[in-house]
Amino acid sequence: MNTELTGIIATFLLTLAIAIPLGKYLAKVFAGEKVWTDFLKPLETGIYKLSGINIKEQMNWKQQLKALLTINILWLFYGFFVLIFQDKLPFNPDGNPGMTPDLAFNTIISFVANCNLQHYSGESGVSYLTQQYVLMFLQFVSAATGIAAAVVLFKAFRDKTTTELGNFWEFFVKSITRLLLPLSFVMALILTFNGTPASYDGKDKFISLQGDTVNVSRGPAAQMIAIKHLGTNGGGYFGANSAHPFENPSYFTNMAELIAQVIIPIAMVIAFGYFIRRKKLAWTIFGVMTIGLFMLLLPMLSSELGGSPALAKMGISQTTGAMEGKEVRFGLAASAYWATVTTIISTGSVNSMHDSTMPMSGTWQLLGMMINSFYGGCGVGLLNYFIYLIVAVFISGLMVGRTPEFLGHKVEAREIKIAAIITLLSPFLILAGTAIASYIFTNHGDAAWAVQPKNWLNNPGFHGFSEMLYEMTSSNANNGSGFEGLGDNNIFWNLSTGIVIFIGRFLPIIGPVAIAGLLGAKKFIPESAGTLRTDTKTFALMTFAVILVLNALSYFPALALGPLAEYFTMLK
Amino acid sequence: MKKYIIQSIRLTLVLLVLLCVIYPISVAFIGKMSKGSGGGEKITKNGKTVGYALLGQSFTKPEYFWGRPSAVAYNAAGSAGSNKGPSNPDYLKEVQSRIDTLLKYNPGIKKSDIPADMVTASGSGLDPNISEQGAAIQIQRVAKARNIDEKKVKELIAMNTLKPFMGVFGPSSVNVLKLNIALDEL
Repeated sequence: MNTELTGIIATFLLTLAIAIPLGKYLAKVFAGEKVWTDFLKPLETGIYKLSGINIKEQMNWKQQLKALLTINILWLFYGFFVLIFQDKLPFNPDGNPGMTPDLAFNTIISFVANCNLQHYSGESGVSYLTQQYVLMFLQFVSAATGIAAAVVLFKAFRDKTTTELGNFWEFFVKSITRLLLPLSFVMALILTFNGTPASYDGKDKFISLQGDTVNVSRGPAAQMIAIKHLGTNGGGYFGANSAHPFENPSYFTNMAELIAQVIIPIAMVIAFGYFIRRKKLAWTIFGVMTIGLFMLLLPMLSSELGGSPALAKMGISQTTGAMEGKEVRFGLAASAYWATVTTIISTGSVNSMHDSTMPMSGTWQLLGMMINSFYGGCGVGLLNYFIYLIVAVFISGLMVGRTPEFLGHKVEAREIKIAAIITLLSPFLILAGTAIASYIFTNHGDAAWAVQPKNWLNNPGFHGFSEMLYEMTSSNANNGSGFEGLGDNNIFWNLSTGIVIFIGRFLPIIGPVAIAGLLGAKKFIPESAGTLRTDTKTFALMTFAVILVLNALSYFPALALGPLAEYFTMLK
Repeated sequence: MKKYIIQSIRLTLVLLVLLCVIYPISVAFIGKMSKGSGGGEKITKNGKTVGYALLGQSFTKPEYFWGRPSAVAYNAAGSAGSNKGPSNPDYLKEVQSRIDTLLKYNPGIKKSDIPADMVTASGSGLDPNISEQGAAIQIQRVAKARNIDEKKVKELIAMNTLKPFMGVFGPSSVNVLKLNIALDEL
C-alpha cells in the first residue's frame, strides 16, 4: 500500500490506542477515584490553598456557570491590556509594536474562547511575554474551562436526582494538573528534540549558501505548540502555523501533533460513559462521531489526491496531488487528514493552507466546522453533541408519541427551548455575519479601514465569497483556522469576528450546562419497556440524521454560493 | 460573586507561575540538550553558519538545485503560503510562467515530467524539501553547470533523500540545502 495512506491509518489507530485508556483514566480522575497520578495531590492542595478555594463546597449549575464566567472575564481584561502595551513591557527582543485596540479585542476574545483565530502574525505581531504569559496561558486555561464545563454535565447524570454538581475549581485545576500540563510537557520535549526551538534566544541572522542575508525568527515555540494541540486551541507560534518547518519539523512530529489534538476530545466521550456508568452510550456517541469523521475525510482525500484540474490542463505531473500550500515532508494524505481533524474538532491549526485546497475540500472543511461536534473541541465538542442529542430525543419522542426522556429525566419545554436557541444560534451568527461582510464588500468598498473592503479578498469570484464564509464559520465554531488570503486585520473583521467568537463560545457552554442542571434536578424515572433508549443503533442513526438535516438545511445555500459554485465552474 | 472574583484573581496568579514560568523554563532547560540546544539546528560550512537544517532557502543559480516557489521569498523572519485559490486566473498564469521557466532552464525535460511541488508555493514559504521527481528533472542542468558526471549527481540525491518515516509512513523527500552543500563539497 501507498506509504502516505499507511501513515494516516497508523496515526488514527495510535490516536485510539492513547485516547481510549485516557478516557477511562479521566473518568476516574473526575470521580475522585484512585489513579496513578495521585502523587500530584499535594500540588493541587497547594493551588487550592493559595487561591482560597475549598473544593468540598458543592455548586449547583448556576454557581458553576458564575465561577466559569467570572474567571473568563478576568482573563479578558488581563490579556487586553498586555496586548495593547506589549511594546512597553519586558521580553520583547524583536521590538514588536503594541496591538491596536481592535486587534487586541479580537485576539484576546479569540484566545479566551479557545478559538485562536489570529489576525496578527506570530513573528512580527507579538512579544515573547505575550506569547507565553497571555496566549499560551490562555491555551491551557481555556481548554481546562471547556473540560470542566463538560464534567459539570457528567455530574448531572451520574446520580439519580441531584443539584450538587461538584466544585468547578476542582474540575478546572485537575484538568490542568492531571491532564494538560503533564501531556504538554511530554509533547513539548518530543518537539524540542525533533528540532522545534524552545529557548529564549531572539532573532538570528545568517548568510545563505547563495550569499543572501536571511533573518530567522525563533523563540520558545515548542512549549506553546504542545498545548495548542492538546488543548484543541490551534494558535501557532509562527505565522504559517504547523506548516512552518520549526513548528512541525518532520513527518514524525506531524503524526505526534495530529494525535495530540484528537486524544482529549475522544477521551472526553469515553470518560462520559464511564463516569455516568453507561459505557454503551459512550460507544454509541463515539461511533456516530467516527462515522462523521470518515464521511468528511474520504471525499477530502479523493479531491486532494486527484490534484488540481486547472493544473492538470497545463500538462504537468500531479502524482503527488494538489501541492499548492502544502509541504513536501507531510505529503497529500497527511495534509488532507489534518485538514479534516482540525475542522471537525475545533483546533484550527493547519499544516497546509486551506485557502488553496480544492473547492470540494473547502466544502468538507466548512461542513466540519458547521457541525462542530464530530469529537469537537476539548469538552465543548461533547457539549455541542449533547444539544443534538436533546433535539434527537425530542423529535423521536414526538414520532413515537411519548414524553421525551433522557437518561431517566423528562425533557420538557424549558430544556427544548434552550436547545432550540443554541441550535439556531450558529446559522444565525454565520449567515448574518457573512451577509453583512458581503454587503460591505459590495457597497462600501472604499471605507477608510486598515484594509479597504474592496481589497479584502485574495481571490476573485466564488472563492472570494468562500473566504468570508470560512472566516465567520471558523469564528462561530471557535475553530480559528482561516482562508488566510482574507485581509482580516481591520476594524470590521476584528470586531465582527470577535463578537461572533464570544457568543459562539459562551452560549453553547451555558446552554448545555443549564439543560443538564435542570434535567439532573428532576425526579428520576426508572427505565421501563416504554423508555426510548438512547444507547441503541437506531437512536444513533436518529442523532446522525438530526445532525445532517439541521446542518444541511441551515447551510446548503451558503455552501452553494461559495465552494460548490467554484467546483462546478472548474469542471467546465 | 465577590468571592468568585477574589478566587479567580488568586487562582490566575498561581497558574501564571506554574504554566508560564515553571513549565516553559523547564522545557527550555532540558531542551538545551537537543541538537542546536533548543535554538534550531544550524548547518555550518567551513566554520560559517550557512543556514538552518529545517529552513529552506532561495536558490536561483543554475549550479544549485532549486527549491519550491515561496510566497515569502524564503525570508524566515516571516512565513506564509500564497493563499491563492485553485480557480484564481492570476494564480494560474503564475503557475504557467513557472512551468515555462523550468522548461527553459532544464533542457531535455518534458512538461509531463514536472511534478506539482516544483511549480506551487509551499504552505510556510520555507519548505526545505522537494520531491524526488523534483530533483530528478534538475539533474541534467546541475551536472552541466558544474561540469560533472550526471551519475555523481544522482548518487548525491540518493544520499540526501529522506525515506518515509520508519520506511512505511509518509512520503520521501529531498533536502535541497543539504544536497547543495554536498555538491559544493565535491
